[in-house]
Amino acid sequence: MDSDDDMRSVQSSDDDFMDGGDSPFSVDDDDDSDIDLDDGIGFEAQDKDIYPAKKSYEVDFDVFGPEQIQAHQDRQVEEVSNILGQPTESTAILLRYAKWNKERLIESYMDRQDEVLEAVGLGSDANVPRKITKVKGFICDICCEDDADLDTFAMKCGHRFCVDCYKQYLSQKIKEEGEAARIKCPGDGCNRTVDSKSLDLLVGHDLHARYHELLTRTYVDDKDNLKWCPAPNCVYAIDCKVKARDLMRIVPTVLCKCGHPFCFGCTLADHQPAPCALVKKWLKKCEDDSETANWISANTKECPKCGSTIEKNGGCNHMTCRKCRHEFCWMCMGIWSEHGTSWYNCNRFEEKSGHDARDAQAKSRQSLERYLHYYNRYANHEQSAKLDKDIYLKTEKKMTQLQVTASMSWIEVQFLESASQALQQCRQTLKWTYAFAYYLARNNQTEIFEDNQKDLEMAVENLSEMFEKSVDQLAGLKVDMLDKTSYCNRRRVILLEHTANDLKAGNWEFNVTLT
Amino acid sequence: MSGKKRIVKELGEITSSPPDGMRVRLVDESDVHIWEIFMDGPEQSVYSGGTFRLVLTLPKDYPFKPPILAFQTKIYHPNVSNDDKGSMCLGMLRSDEWKPPNKILAVLNMARNLLVEPNPDDAVETGIAEQYKSNRKEFEKTAKDWTKKYANAKK
Repeated sequence: MDSDDDMRSVQSSDDDFMDGGDSPFSVDDDDDSDIDLDDGIGFEAQDKDIYPAKKSYEVDFDVFGPEQIQAHQDRQVEEVSNILGQPTESTAILLRYAKWNKERLIESYMDRQDEVLEAVGLGSDANVPRKITKVKGFICDICCEDDADLDTFAMKCGHRFCVDCYKQYLSQKIKEEGEAARIKCPGDGCNRTVDSKSLDLLVGHDLHARYHELLTRTYVDDKDNLKWCPAPNCVYAIDCKVKARDLMRIVPTVLCKCGHPFCFGCTLADHQPAPCALVKKWLKKCEDDSETANWISANTKECPKCGSTIEKNGGCNHMTCRKCRHEFCWMCMGIWSEHGTSWYNCNRFEEKSGHDARDAQAKSRQSLERYLHYYNRYANHEQSAKLDKDIYLKTEKKMTQLQVTASMSWIEVQFLESASQALQQCRQTLKWTYAFAYYLARNNQTEIFEDNQKDLEMAVENLSEMFEKSVDQLAGLKVDMLDKTSYCNRRRVILLEHTANDLKAGNWEFNVTLT
Repeated sequence: MSGKKRIVKELGEITSSPPDGMRVRLVDESDVHIWEIFMDGPEQSVYSGGTFRLVLTLPKDYPFKPPILAFQTKIYHPNVSNDDKGSMCLGMLRSDEWKPPNKILAVLNMARNLLVEPNPDDAVETGIAEQYKSNRKEFEKTAKDWTKKYANAKK
């Protein structure tokens, strides 16, 4: 299998929405039936015959831009508006209130219409046209102005304020508090929600745009199958059917149109093959431990009785644990009282108590060393990925020169680009294989996993080494590099398919509980 | 712009007919945004006999943002932070509950009502709130002691 195809199959699913127009949204239209029908395998491919064979570690997803999100939102509003017989702006408020669960909204609306309308702040008739008027003898309760030609506005609730105050109130809510769907009438104690038509009438263009951006934001935030791409300044949202409860069995990596691969489950950067729960545990552990663990390993021992970590910062070998008051010898870890009168000079290496204590010590050390083994490799791949990228950036410059001097075409130097991408991607995967391995309990599958890990690692290091060659050598290495790139990608696919299949089948055993 | 006229009006109303047990004035005559309030501990409360100094700060966006109220006199109360700020943050003083037509008078009355009846379910000092709920006697004793010690109560 050609490695380039592997890359493309992930991307293909987000290409189709460009020409598909409406169709990708259809997954949403049966939103509610989906809840009933879902049997936990919702992430299985449904359109195998359209796309090239999907890898077992890939999930189906779509990428939507702001206009599409808006269009979809509008369409849902219109549809429900027809059913409920409410104007669209009221329907929008109702849908936001119901977190975009149409079925539930329609049901509760049919059952107790007045109650629902009251709850969202739309008295029973919200259909009166909105307009700005001048009212004789009016005093604005906010600014206390009473000019005769003061423009005023009130919603159906009748709480009338001058337009300037209304505007400033809305601007404050939208700009500073980031509110949109839940802005209430400024009237004291009034629970009526400001609908978008009233808002359109009152605010200027910039606020208007911001308001609708915030509304769209809440739309995506409220829907379980939609998530924003977490990349800085990215405007796309991802639609993916993987549910929170599936996350024990699958690692749903998605690729945004902006090029950022991330996990749909936890929105962290791609962490295949490790499931979200392990990633969370691992990151927490690293945060707590990694730096200190190295130091602890080098400078401390644990109290043989209570296990507290003790640093010997000078003085004699007679240690008294601050926590449990256990007295022991720093040298042999044995009970101090057994040392008799040979103070300050441990020569009792053969004592049983000391022997046992050293065993326990060794065990504790071993678990620390084990963690550091995995952590250092994890951190190394993270670091190397950065270095590879640096080298690529430098090489890129030189390749541009080479295009001029050695008359190589632009297309001919692209092998470096794909090699660099493969390196980044493989290192990302390798990095997480170490977190995965740390929590893995040994069984028959682990050996295969470790072999796969080793193969990928060797392939990556081979390719990485070539990157360090000087520029004039690089041109001659093109074929070799292309081979190695494709080999790396193949090894990555093999590793991820193996881990994903067994994760789905529940064949991995972890030495922690995944919660 | 809109704020100034409103503040002047409110200040006029409050100084000409001040609410029960309160004296209000500007800290600095040239700045209408910082008010000083002397509040007597209500008769029926554990703070009775004490006089508490409060400072009310009006943000520049007032009345679109709520005023900030702080006890300058130390007070033993679940809804007043027990630090050098003495800040209160509940009910209409929170920006999501504040509505622009709300008046300073209402804020001051709310503060006074809280002296009569603390709101332990929305407390800043959870320890004091816990004590207020489970050991009222002990709470009252400390509150009275503090009132004597810091708020010049005679009895």
